[in-house]
Amino acid sequence: MTTTKFVDIDFSKIDSDRMRLNVGPQHPSTHGVLRLEVELDGEVVTNVIPHIGYLHRCFEKIAENMNYQQVIPYIDRMDYISSMNNELPYVMAVEKLLGIKVPEKVEYIRVIMCELNRIANHQIAIATFGLDAGAFTPFLYLFRDREYILWIFEKATGGRLLFNYFWVGGLANDVYPTFKEDVLNIVKQVRKTNKEIEELLIYNKIFIDRTANVGILPADVAINYGCSGPVLRGSGVPFDLRKAEPYSIYDRFDFEIPVGKGEVGTVGDCWDRNIVRMREMEQSCRIIEQAIEQMPDTGDVQSAIPKKVRPPKGEIYFRCENPKGELGFYVVSDGKDKPYRVKGRAPSFVNLSVLPEISRGYLFADLIVILGSIDIVLGEIDR
Amino acid sequence: MGLLDRLDNPYDTGGIVLGTLEDILNWGRSKSDWYLHFGLACCAIEFMSMNASHFDFMRFGIIPRATPRQADFIMITGTVTLKMAERIKLLWEQMAEPKYCISVGSCANSGGPYWQYGYHVLKGVDRIIPVHVYVPGCPPRPEAMEEGMMKLQSLIDQQAIFRKRKKLAEEEELLQIKQR
Amino acid sequence: MEVEDIYIKLKEKFGEAIIDLVNNPPSDPFINVSPEKLFDICLELRDNPEFDFDYLMCLSGLDYVDNLQVVYHIYSMKKKHKIVLKVTVPKENPKVPSIERIWRSADWHEREAYDLFGIIFEGHHNLIRILLPYDWEGYPLRKDYKEPEFYHGIRVPY
Repeated sequence: MTTTKFVDIDFSKIDSDRMRLNVGPQHPSTHGVLRLEVELDGEVVTNVIPHIGYLHRCFEKIAENMNYQQVIPYIDRMDYISSMNNELPYVMAVEKLLGIKVPEKVEYIRVIMCELNRIANHQIAIATFGLDAGAFTPFLYLFRDREYILWIFEKATGGRLLFNYFWVGGLANDVYPTFKEDVLNIVKQVRKTNKEIEELLIYNKIFIDRTANVGILPADVAINYGCSGPVLRGSGVPFDLRKAEPYSIYDRFDFEIPVGKGEVGTVGDCWDRNIVRMREMEQSCRIIEQAIEQMPDTGDVQSAIPKKVRPPKGEIYFRCENPKGELGFYVVSDGKDKPYRVKGRAPSFVNLSVLPEISRGYLFADLIVILGSIDIVLGEIDR
Repeated sequence: MGLLDRLDNPYDTGGIVLGTLEDILNWGRSKSDWYLHFGLACCAIEFMSMNASHFDFMRFGIIPRATPRQADFIMITGTVTLKMAERIKLLWEQMAEPKYCISVGSCANSGGPYWQYGYHVLKGVDRIIPVHVYVPGCPPRPEAMEEGMMKLQSLIDQQAIFRKRKKLAEEEELLQIKQR
Repeated sequence: MEVEDIYIKLKEKFGEAIIDLVNNPPSDPFINVSPEKLFDICLELRDNPEFDFDYLMCLSGLDYVDNLQVVYHIYSMKKKHKIVLKVTVPKENPKVPSIERIWRSADWHEREAYDLFGIIFEGHHNLIRILLPYDWEGYPLRKDYKEPEFYHGIRVPY
């Protein structure tokens, strides 16, 4: 009779080094050309090191060599998903330096365009977030609707994605005659689709399982890291620059700040960040409706445009609520017709820096979801 | 003149489709191109809308692949920076022959708006890899990208597979005759 | 709290380290600070409940031909006031204490300022290039920067 001999395994001698995995820069779910160096212990993420700069297009150097007006197209290309929102803080910063007051109609058109673009941005954000979590159909639904918004932009400005529409002191051109009806139709359509998306994606059991209690970002960490926008509001901080420091004419509208409340998980998880975007779209619809109602029909949109943009010596930091967070422009003028320095404080740049903090300890598949929930755009991060 | 016209009315010509093997192979090749899924910048957003409902890129018979080993062509959609350039060259070298490249947008074509002061922008992706079709625009409309795709298909349609050298020599001869 | 009050209170506490307050609208008012005491001043701004500055909005480098400047835009979420600090350092020896441990958002901003201006933040845990490749030479946003002719064999100018 033979006795079974068990092999003695000394588990302490098994190689348990952590694996280093490169995600990107060419990877379908890194939202562009981000490279993540992930340190894995089995399937668990122990550390993430984001490597950025694969889209560094030297915006700040170019801005120093251009006229104040010529900088605007480059600002479009920073956050190319929400270009209108990008133009607003820069244009308003220069206007403040020059001391220009723009006509009422311009303010209203700017607000309507910005809110439309905010909706378009959130549609992309939710669509790609759904893709990251494995849902393809909402992507098609949301991109269909986004196309209608782009048609309005195209009719009004001539561009689908990058507009150069807001000028210092006014707009490139007036809106077309049936603008109001078109916008109201869009609002109706967006509300209808949002209902569908809520059934299809947001309250879907699989989606909740994937996103709730994942990537929890506590409020104090979010503030210390400088997060803003839906990332900060998802953690339950009701901070929105449109309310906190009303710029343009945002103090005239009645709207709410949606915050994450931890309805299906913990406050500040991926689901919360996503639902904030979802509800913000509804608030944007409300703002658009009020703005359309109050908007004056007559008025010259180019009456306040200065012949020569040459601000006096000085410097200014002006910030606006971008769909992704606080977008600020630090403009330094030395009295010439070119800016001495333009620094863009990009929301995605700051929001991404919190990724290592909130993805430690989760599974690798969750890392992709967490990254999707931050809603980054690389053009803005790298500038 | 090619195979397609005959396929349109097969019975008029007696139900027989005549064509060279090369035509059939090229027809199959041009109608089932798989592309390397690779978004770089602004143009990639237009490219996303192209994959979505309104434009439906997949009706060209293309399928997005995440790895260069399975891809037939690469679409460079956006600004190529110097940090990225070496990666793109690597991806291009990893693709299997025959391979094609579509350069989408001004930035990939020539550096676009960043040509003058962009110290970190590659002024045209054709400095590192060969480009077959250029699509202009900043960013190009999805229709323009579809046009570029059709240009690539017609390019593949006319390509020589067999007796390449002989055909090339013939073409050169023709060219010389024309030049005279 | 107004900028003047903050300035007076800081001046009482830090004396010489607070250089002056410049306020000429429409520019934002800013306080010039000496680099030696910057860390302590920032810590005071964050931890003193009177100031309660908990949010670093922006950190930017600036190149004035002879010297380099770092500009801090700081905001208080609770008290809703803001302040701008400026630190000036000579170009030959651009060393500024890092405030990364006070506001974590300064981490990437400081790396960016190092990357593009060559300002060295002392005490930063990982001061390496962030946007440009790690082997890039020179600091592009300095006014006297000239772009390289070749990078890894690729021609750079148009």
